[in-house]
Amino acid sequence: MSTPTARATRGHAPEGPKGTKWRFRVADRLRRTRTELRDILRAYVERVRGGDVGSLPAILGLIVLVAVFSALEPESFTSALNFANLIGQSAGVMVIAMGLVFVLLLGEIDLSAGVTGGVAASMLGVVLTEQGWPVALSLLTALLTGTFIGACLGVFVAKVGIPSFVVTLAAFLGFQGVMLQVIGEGGTIGYRDEFVLKLNNGAMPLWLGWTLAGVTIAGYGLATLLTIRRRRREGLVSQPLLLWALKTGALAAVVLAVVGYLSAERSPFPDLKSIKGVPNVLLVILLLVVVLSYLLTRTSWGRHIYAVGGNAEAARRAGINVAWIRISCFMVSSSVAAIGGVLLASRTNSVSPQTGGNETLLYAVGAAVIGGTSLFGGKGRVTDAVIGGLVIAVVANGMGLLNQPAGVVFMVTGVVLVFAAAVDALSRRRAASTGRA
Amino acid sequence: MSVPATELSATHPSDQPLLSLRGVHKSFGAVQVLQGVDLDVRAGQVTALVGDNGAGKSTLIKGVAGIHVFDSGDYFFEGEPVKVHGPKDANALGIEVVYQDLALCDNLDVVQNMFLGREMGPRVRLDETTMETRARETLDGLSVRTLQSVRTRVASLSGGQRQTVAIARAVLWNSKIVILDEPTAALGVAQTEQVLRLVRRLADRGLGVVLISHNLNEVFQVADDIAVLYLGHMVAQVRKDDVTRADVVELITSGATQRDGAAPMNGNGVAR
Repeated sequence: MSTPTARATRGHAPEGPKGTKWRFRVADRLRRTRTELRDILRAYVERVRGGDVGSLPAILGLIVLVAVFSALEPESFTSALNFANLIGQSAGVMVIAMGLVFVLLLGEIDLSAGVTGGVAASMLGVVLTEQGWPVALSLLTALLTGTFIGACLGVFVAKVGIPSFVVTLAAFLGFQGVMLQVIGEGGTIGYRDEFVLKLNNGAMPLWLGWTLAGVTIAGYGLATLLTIRRRRREGLVSQPLLLWALKTGALAAVVLAVVGYLSAERSPFPDLKSIKGVPNVLLVILLLVVVLSYLLTRTSWGRHIYAVGGNAEAARRAGINVAWIRISCFMVSSSVAAIGGVLLASRTNSVSPQTGGNETLLYAVGAAVIGGTSLFGGKGRVTDAVIGGLVIAVVANGMGLLNQPAGVVFMVTGVVLVFAAAVDALSRRRAASTGRA
Repeated sequence: MSVPATELSATHPSDQPLLSLRGVHKSFGAVQVLQGVDLDVRAGQVTALVGDNGAGKSTLIKGVAGIHVFDSGDYFFEGEPVKVHGPKDANALGIEVVYQDLALCDNLDVVQNMFLGREMGPRVRLDETTMETRARETLDGLSVRTLQSVRTRVASLSGGQRQTVAIARAVLWNSKIVILDEPTAALGVAQTEQVLRLVRRLADRGLGVVLISHNLNEVFQVADDIAVLYLGHMVAQVRKDDVTRADVVELITSGATQRDGAAPMNGNGVAR
């Protein structure tokens, strides 16, 4: 089964008798490691120069923003309290953006994702607070509200043939009306259920945070290692173990640092009320990232989404049900938006007609695009939404701490978004000229 | 019917054709595109399908592939009459079409394209390693050496490489007939040679190959059989060795040859 392309990364140098000086072996190992490192780096630089930048601009941007705000507001911006706040503030938009990735991958847009989240949150308020349904059933109802909305949007786009821009613009207007009717002008529906309130306010016990960190690191490391081993067994090219170790190590460092930071006491008045631990909402985000990424990369459905986004006609001729792919993507997008809407409302303990409205949707689209998802379809990942969502949240949070008025925040966010879109367009051109599109 | 194509095809060796069409008709509204077309495709042979624009080549191919359904006429596969009502039926028989635009997704890699719509493994847990291994084997089996990695995105491949991927996708499924719609139309000289050699290899491996082409040079280079469509009629299906280039040009442009005019079967067999 072995093919000539199988890279012999596993092949050890011929080892001498037992008496071989270990020092030589260590030196040899070090030398090989250095070559491998150089190869990995060179391959990566090659890819970036070819226009395949991925999330690199967003990550660099995030680092710059954090550095700038840390320098300008060293006291408040870097505090653990603000860090936890940042996560809570970004969660809603981030989750809506994750759903949007599915629609954007098709080259479509969902302008109503934000208000869909608002409608789902209103639904939760009505059945949970006003009707007194059990919390699990209420949450399921809110989720299915999103799924149903997505199915309707998808049918209008895929079956009736209306451009998604128009369908979802109509839905954006219409659902704002629905929320006004349900909640009443200037009114709110408060949440009183502990579970729902804790979703985007509470923190988990310290031990659970650390367990989660361990599971995340071990899960990522094991899953990727098993893939490498399987490919090696079949004689296929696989990523070098060193790269695997670097990636897993980097992930472990970030996860442990974050959990460690969040596990410290962050209450301004620790004697009155202690606040520590990983915010609950981080678990929701983590689960969504894992599940949605799996769907996109490991299932035939996910593969077909990329195919439809890349070349719908080719997908149709390959026997893929293009209409169903479109409809199902809108269903997923709106369902995930419903979760995002509930997180937004949980943060404010109540749902108002403005929940999920205003700039929510534009921030969500911006998050996905800043993270590296293309508006032209066929290119994007769920993690893009997370990274882009963080960028947007850091801008809003940092500018807020600098006591900048909302107007300035909007302007800066706009500039960041244009910058991200420009990077997308330029890297696309670069990719086209080097034939990597 | 002016020239009965069956009589012309009677000059073939007597082995049973893989695919036979007899008296196939197809019209779109008032436009009769195919008017009683016969076609034989034999295993291990390249059958070139030539004809001017509008002669009905594409319609014929789409009918064979199940994209259009013929209005009337018989469709035999390995001697058995079959009904082909959709692309899936044709695929099930072992008929694959490589369209002119190749129908590849630029944002997917070679393996993903080759298995698109027919991914291996459970739907919720794709078997990437098996797919990659089989893709590699298929390309190796076609003696394709130009692809460095089967995990390259199709966007970064040259025209000839793309054509190769599309053809490899067509033979991946133990297909028996591969239909190629102008595979060299957009290629340079060297890449055209590459693809033509690949076409020949397909036939040598025992597949029935149908090659649509406007380029008589390449038709005479790789084909065993030449089928000429003229305004919806199959005016000839002949062995390549029995005709000259000039004959084929005349058949394409006027639907008959000088020699036909002298042939007794046309009824005007006056000695000249």
